[in-house]
Amino acid sequence: MVISPSISSHPDVDQWIEFTPEGRLTVHTGKVDIGQRISTALAIIVAEELDVNYDLIDVKRTETGVDPDEGFTSGSMSMQHSGSALRLASATARHFLLERAAKKLDVNIDSLEIDNSLIQSRDSNETVTYWELMNGNKFGIKVNEEIEIKNFENHKLVGERVTAKNMTDILTGEIRYLHDIELPGMLHARLVRPPHYRATLKGLDKKIIKRLDEGNVKIAKNGSFLAVASSSEYSAIKAARRIASSVEWDLGDGISSKDLYEALSSNERISLPIAVGGAPEDAPVAPIGEPPAEAVITISSKFEKPYVMHGSIGPSAGCAIYDGKKLTIWSHNQGVYPLRNAVAEALNMSTEDVHVIFEYGSGCYGHNGADDAAFDAALIAMEIPNTPILLKWTRDDEHAWEPYGTAMSCELRGSLDSEGNIIDWSHESFGDTHMGRPASGRAGSPAEKLVSTHLKENPLNWPVMPPTMGPHVGIHRNLEPLYQFPKTRLVKHLVRDLPLRVSALRTLGAFANVSALESFIDELAEAGGLSSIELRLKYLVDERAKTVIKELDKKMKRDNAGMAEGIGSGIAFAQYKNSAAYCAVGIELEVDETANVLLHRAWIVADAGEVVDPNGLIAQLEGGLIQAASWSLLERVVYDSGGITSRDWESYPILRFDNIPVIETTLIEQKGKPFLGAGEASSGPTGGAIINAIYEAIGLRLRKMPFDADAIRLAAMN
Amino acid sequence: MDTFNLNVNGTSHKIEEESDTPLIFVLRNHLKLKGPKLGCGQEQCGACVVLVNGEAENSCVRAASEFEGDEIITVEGLSENRKLSLVQQAFQNEGAAQCGYCTSGIIVATTALFRENPKPSDEEIKAALYDHLCRCGSHSSVLKAIKFLRDGAN
Repeated sequence: MVISPSISSHPDVDQWIEFTPEGRLTVHTGKVDIGQRISTALAIIVAEELDVNYDLIDVKRTETGVDPDEGFTSGSMSMQHSGSALRLASATARHFLLERAAKKLDVNIDSLEIDNSLIQSRDSNETVTYWELMNGNKFGIKVNEEIEIKNFENHKLVGERVTAKNMTDILTGEIRYLHDIELPGMLHARLVRPPHYRATLKGLDKKIIKRLDEGNVKIAKNGSFLAVASSSEYSAIKAARRIASSVEWDLGDGISSKDLYEALSSNERISLPIAVGGAPEDAPVAPIGEPPAEAVITISSKFEKPYVMHGSIGPSAGCAIYDGKKLTIWSHNQGVYPLRNAVAEALNMSTEDVHVIFEYGSGCYGHNGADDAAFDAALIAMEIPNTPILLKWTRDDEHAWEPYGTAMSCELRGSLDSEGNIIDWSHESFGDTHMGRPASGRAGSPAEKLVSTHLKENPLNWPVMPPTMGPHVGIHRNLEPLYQFPKTRLVKHLVRDLPLRVSALRTLGAFANVSALESFIDELAEAGGLSSIELRLKYLVDERAKTVIKELDKKMKRDNAGMAEGIGSGIAFAQYKNSAAYCAVGIELEVDETANVLLHRAWIVADAGEVVDPNGLIAQLEGGLIQAASWSLLERVVYDSGGITSRDWESYPILRFDNIPVIETTLIEQKGKPFLGAGEASSGPTGGAIINAIYEAIGLRLRKMPFDADAIRLAAMN
Repeated sequence: MDTFNLNVNGTSHKIEEESDTPLIFVLRNHLKLKGPKLGCGQEQCGACVVLVNGEAENSCVRAASEFEGDEIITVEGLSENRKLSLVQQAFQNEGAAQCGYCTSGIIVATTALFRENPKPSDEEIKAALYDHLCRCGSHSSVLKAIKFLRDGAN
């Protein structure tokens, strides 16, 4: 049976599926397409279940008050939520349409067959289409959660390669992103941001303001929030630069420049033990104590990763219009309903008066600047009413003001007995929150997660998030190993007073946790005289986990991975959240004479349950690998007391086309099994595999990301 | 205000705009060619790249008025009535785009590469795309598409 939490809140078939008068089918969903091709996967599911041509299906961009509220598009949950809901809704609709057709054609329902939305009876020559049956009417029925869905053996489209929705529009330049929106009378806006979060506006040069005003540039000011708007985009850019060069800011205390990793280990913190199942317990943390008496080898390791950016290629944008009562916002954020609620709270408006419509944006990989830019556009629109405002953040705004993925450190200790068995395992992770999204229902106010609520008049307090208590959330995502060790001690530390603004970045804590523990497993394997593969298989009981590792081993052996002179290869594995997709990654690389890591080849083996859109799944897995390789090798947000200094692509380099490995991805088929979220599955294993491969290549086990040439030279000297 | 002519996608346009306005704003806001994307405004990411006399060039810094007399082609000018060019078709076959924000620049750069050299080496491909940033990690499928275009079906 298929279960979807989205159905309980949106039980009507009409909330999901609509046959339009134009002879097309519109799919309604609360999940948004951020380049992960969710609309393609959802269209495949509906096309399959209803036997409608995939090309006739349009997946609507989510809009408050019109489409289902499925919260955020996050955590690799879209297929479980919307995919399952749409499968049930489509199956219910199919059954309803067949009943209608039987009546209309006056035949037995069992005699009916559907071929591409055309219903035909074996007992007569008459046919009827879905659209004729619907005749512009609504279904008016509930989704039947017990409905029989198509047996996977009868699937024709699920698991096949299709051209992704939007793909042709992307390649021809016809796709419209929020950044491309044009509304009558629209003004282009740009921000004038302070040097850092804590600075406040001290003085504005009145002469410049007057001159800009004469040049038809409008100024929107609300406390320390400052923006300009003009019918000419480049005039807005120049006006923002002119103001920025003359405005005076009170810098306050600035950003703390205490050593980051020192702060992670010594600042005030909330520490909680992680219980079996991966959730924290509200209980004291047991001291680490001495290793067990039987231990003959005990190893300790500390892994560190810095703040990392989402780094969208298109800086965030927002569009808004305020008519004196109602505020309409176009946003590329990951959840229109939570954004609506947060904006309404921040502006002291009723949610009825705030309407949010999703538009495509540049890929976000978590909570980037999109929500903030939407609110910024709203603030400007309130100052300049009855005028559509299209605000674009600059590259500098995006780099310096997006909420980063937190820095983390992980401390591990493991002991082996005389036979090489792992008899003791401790893993503690330190970091800031990953819960910075403007979400209702979480602790704190959603409004205070919108960055400009701290700049406007009557600024809100900065959020202080409590530790999250669910399994595999935030810092403790994948902190619990899937390996069955006899004794584990797992601890999360939510560290306070860290310097930078943070929120959810693809995988949350899993990237650090998996990188750290998968490197540490290799250390223990070497100490105990087992291979990386042998040790992992020894402590896994889940057959699907073992299968992906064995398959990876087979592929890498076939390809002689790491066998050439001067080359190293490494592997790592995780099941994302210990409940989503299984993924094993192999990396082959070389460290060249300038101490740069050159990626040669990579192998991914994944089991994501039933595969709906293999092209999309492969793109997510390979994209996750490339992004994680970039984090591992190159990325670090740099700052000082004056603010963020990583403000462009030179001061914050990311992986380029010259260092992309040749990737082979293998999907383990699981027809008929539940969907397992896969958008974040490859990232953690990639970090671990890179550490292990560098170790094999040059004998250095690096533990402080990024592993750029400076880091490798430093490690070599030590 | 300055007046100048721009030849874009085979058509000459008379433009009235301040002389320092970068090309991208004229393409996007005057001519409604939204294919070129604003990514950094600093010639660092390649999202705004267009063909200028057959070569891939950033459009986000240099003033539009300086392009008078040049033949400019944006991604929109590479296909007609959704009939894809060979490069676009290769990308479509491989599914070589994710969010797509960087894609128009990459398509244009690849087109420039193949116009100059139909059999680029792996190193030449990497060099041609070096200035193009992608954050979704579509690189591996982009490279597959380009190598397929170069090598054919074998």
